[in-house]
Amino acid sequence: MDLRRPPRSTSGGVEPKIRQVGFVTPDVSAPTEPAAVGAAPAPQSGTAVGSPTASDLAPGSLSPVMIPPPLHADHLSPDSPSPAASDAILASSAPQPSSMRFDAASELGEDDSRSLAPSAGELEANKGDLAGDSASIPQKQKTSKAERRAIQEAQRAAKAAAKEAGLSGKSTGAASGANPAISKQAKLAKTSQKKDVPHAASTVGSEKKISERLPERDRKKDAPHPRMQFDDVHRVEKAKKRAIVNQSEARNRVELFRHLPQYVHGTQLPDLESKFFQLEPIHPSVYKVGLQYLSGEVSGGNGRCIAMLLAFREAIKDYSTPPNKTLSRDLTAKISSYVSFFIECRPLSISMGNAIRFLKNRIAKLPLTLSESETKVSLQTDIERFINEKIVVADQVIVSHAITKVRDDDVLLTYGSSSVVEMILNYAHELGRKFRVIVVDSRPKLEGQGLLRRLVAKGINCTYTHINAVSYIMHEVTRVFLGASSILSNGTVYSRVGTASVAMVAHAFGIPVLVCCEAYKFHERVQLDSICANELGDPDVISKVPGRADLGHLKNWADNENLQLLNLMYDATPSDYVSMIITDYGMLPPTSVPVIVREYRKEHLWV
Amino acid sequence: MPDVQPLVSEFVLKLKRRKVEGSHAVARQTAELLRSVVSQHRMGSTNQAAALADAIRSVGEQLISANPIELAVGNIVRRVLHIIKEEDISSTAVGIEGLSVTVDSDDEYDSGNDDHPTLSAAVLASHARNALRAPSLQTLLDDIPVSTALSRSASSTGDSDGKTAGDKSLKTRKLKHDVIAAIGDLIEEIDTCYDQISEQAVELIHQNEVILTLGRSRTVKEFLYAAKEKKRSFRVFVAEGSPRYQGHVLAKELVEKGVQTTVITDSAIFAMISRVNMVIVGAHAIMANGGVIAPVGMNMVALAAQKHAVPFVVVAGSHKLCPLYPHNPEVLLNELKSPSDLLDFGEFSNCMNFSTQDGTPLLNVVNPTFDYVPPKLVSLFVTDTGGHSPSYMYRLISEYYSADDLVVQRKSTS
Repeated sequence: MDLRRPPRSTSGGVEPKIRQVGFVTPDVSAPTEPAAVGAAPAPQSGTAVGSPTASDLAPGSLSPVMIPPPLHADHLSPDSPSPAASDAILASSAPQPSSMRFDAASELGEDDSRSLAPSAGELEANKGDLAGDSASIPQKQKTSKAERRAIQEAQRAAKAAAKEAGLSGKSTGAASGANPAISKQAKLAKTSQKKDVPHAASTVGSEKKISERLPERDRKKDAPHPRMQFDDVHRVEKAKKRAIVNQSEARNRVELFRHLPQYVHGTQLPDLESKFFQLEPIHPSVYKVGLQYLSGEVSGGNGRCIAMLLAFREAIKDYSTPPNKTLSRDLTAKISSYVSFFIECRPLSISMGNAIRFLKNRIAKLPLTLSESETKVSLQTDIERFINEKIVVADQVIVSHAITKVRDDDVLLTYGSSSVVEMILNYAHELGRKFRVIVVDSRPKLEGQGLLRRLVAKGINCTYTHINAVSYIMHEVTRVFLGASSILSNGTVYSRVGTASVAMVAHAFGIPVLVCCEAYKFHERVQLDSICANELGDPDVISKVPGRADLGHLKNWADNENLQLLNLMYDATPSDYVSMIITDYGMLPPTSVPVIVREYRKEHLWV
Repeated sequence: MPDVQPLVSEFVLKLKRRKVEGSHAVARQTAELLRSVVSQHRMGSTNQAAALADAIRSVGEQLISANPIELAVGNIVRRVLHIIKEEDISSTAVGIEGLSVTVDSDDEYDSGNDDHPTLSAAVLASHARNALRAPSLQTLLDDIPVSTALSRSASSTGDSDGKTAGDKSLKTRKLKHDVIAAIGDLIEEIDTCYDQISEQAVELIHQNEVILTLGRSRTVKEFLYAAKEKKRSFRVFVAEGSPRYQGHVLAKELVEKGVQTTVITDSAIFAMISRVNMVIVGAHAIMANGGVIAPVGMNMVALAAQKHAVPFVVVAGSHKLCPLYPHNPEVLLNELKSPSDLLDFGEFSNCMNFSTQDGTPLLNVVNPTFDYVPPKLVSLFVTDTGGHSPSYMYRLISEYYSADDLVVQRKSTS
């Protein structure tokens, strides 16, 4: 050891910091946060960091680069009575059975902007809930797979909540003392509901140990569970037996895509329409939305998700529990059947998948003592809040961030039709910025034409071209704005087919590519190319070119077994083509996506 | 000359109105037109080659300006000028040495000999030997005595030059004859370029290949047919190539030959290219730096191929090789076509009425025809002279074109 080196503990600034994974809430307000935020986006996007954008935003809101720290109990001023109450309750409940703490933690973990403060009465109700749950555990074999998953979700959520509560530097020692106990206890919850709690007084320093101790089993459960692969004949047969929609598999399938479903279009819609009044198990509004998916009337990640959630809200409103069944299990089963119906109409988008997980999670976490009508009302408000917070308000936040990237005399390029990008362009135009837009479109959906029409109607100067001309037009462009169906954990952007080509050409010309995506669409899956997971559309639309009757060369393509037509819906853009992702959590580089997925998935996405 | 003017005007009109399109058809028709021009040109007594070249230049100027984007026109005009120069050089060289043996025209060898029976067989043989042998130390040493012998005979012929006007007319006829024959060769070369390129298909395509192509190129089609003939197994992804959608036609043709074909949209090219072994495309023109003028969308394909390390092979006949270096080719060597290919006028007519204060329309539609692919994205050129890398293409220019023909303009006016 070099004796001339000053000992570490003395001089300032050389303290080895215990690296805190996740977000740390200090006692001061959020904008001084950036240093402590371990996973904050490195200032690679220099423009994001350098620009003093506070002036553009509403006063009191965050500067765009910084990922806001998790909303926490003792942090939110509007709900100050509730944190105090929960703290008091926790402190008093320390000697009490840890089941209470388990519930309290789950209460804490939830979004505290809830108007309902955990009252003592509710705590008892929770205790009863837990007792009820433990009573139900011996009947494990009777619960269906969905319910088991719901229970596991609830337990995982509680565990993560406990970890989150433990990681934040809470001032109350008792609460933090309770937390490692809770987390350990939550670990054991699956095996048995034993209440022995080693009560260790933990400090902030022990957070790291807690996170390390998260069991291997649990980490594996965090991995997304694999989707149905359609080249497995048995599972396809089973799925067909349960199917409501009659679908015949397409002929002339492309070998490379055997693992994805492809059906002959055109036969399903009339068949379903005729069965409209006979389909008892499916709620009419769900049926209607399914038809809209099939016909293509409703498309786009946000649109489909909102339509589905509203249909579910209607279905819940009209729901009544059959006798001898518990609401949560039966409702979950019903929702699952609706989801299968939707899948048959059109494979789920990732946004829809996340919303369904949220809903099932909410159903599973319902307190048992509420009456049926109260439960239904609570679920409906949950759905409305999800739509409002995760989609509507998130879009507004994205627009407010992105508007800082639109300057005067900009030439912005966009591909296809994304709802968020359209909002950004409209808002920029309202603010009076001088810019023009280039809309790039492609076959067979030609979604850009709709966007073009709407933009020109607003008075925005537009240029329209097709995707082959992207190299030609790219030398005029200053920024590229793209939407996404989802962003995966390795930073890959999963969006409409053709986006990858546009991003690649922009990257080749050195033009920044900004992807705008709400955070609820993020997914923990990873994907390297566009083949492993995709959606196959109707191949007939490729052979028919609208407005060009002379191009009938491929009219009878199905007759020839050597000829296949491929209509891909999505593609995967590698993360190195993306300069920045704009979400409601701020403006991030693509490498920060798994951080958001991991840190915010459990508590904050699931309200 | 007046006989040929209506032909020229007719062709100019066809070019201007884009009635004839595609490098093969254009090149062929240009060559045939120039052959008629040469055959109907009245040769003067002196400076025939220069006069002939001048006539070609005046016609060529008109043709090139009719459609400057169609580079094949300029290529053929420059080829013919080069032919004239070459024929002239070889015939004057022979004239000095008393022989009318030309290096280039193989067919003319016999007739040449018949015209000059006065020369001895020995001198003939030695000259032939010199002409056909590659330069080496031996030939250098051998040259000295032969050339002195030839100069002696040349001086003798030179004296006899004046006495035969018949000689001169023979020479005149000879030059025209040679040039016309050479242009005939050129036309044949244009027609048979597909066969020679297709012969190389077997070397590039082996078993279980997956090939990607964009749009429809006749050269690519023949290339793939040849590989199929030789029983190589491969699959083809054909991107449809909007806005012309010629990919559909190519797919149909390939399927008829039994090739496994999948038609994809242009937007799916990046998605599929990770599973592709080779990209084979045709070109509209090849520039002197090795860059390619190709149908729109090709640059995107080339970039995607580079990203996935897939070889990008361009197949093209040598009549597409242009001696010019491109400057800003996306703009200067491009043509914007009608927006009706992309947007239906009827549907969007209401958008056309909006305008800003200065009257500029709010809606612009861009529909370019060509794309420029820089040489660094091209892995290989397969031409009828074999396979070349892009950095080599400029050497081929000296074989086909002469340096002072780059700007085709009438010399007599300047």
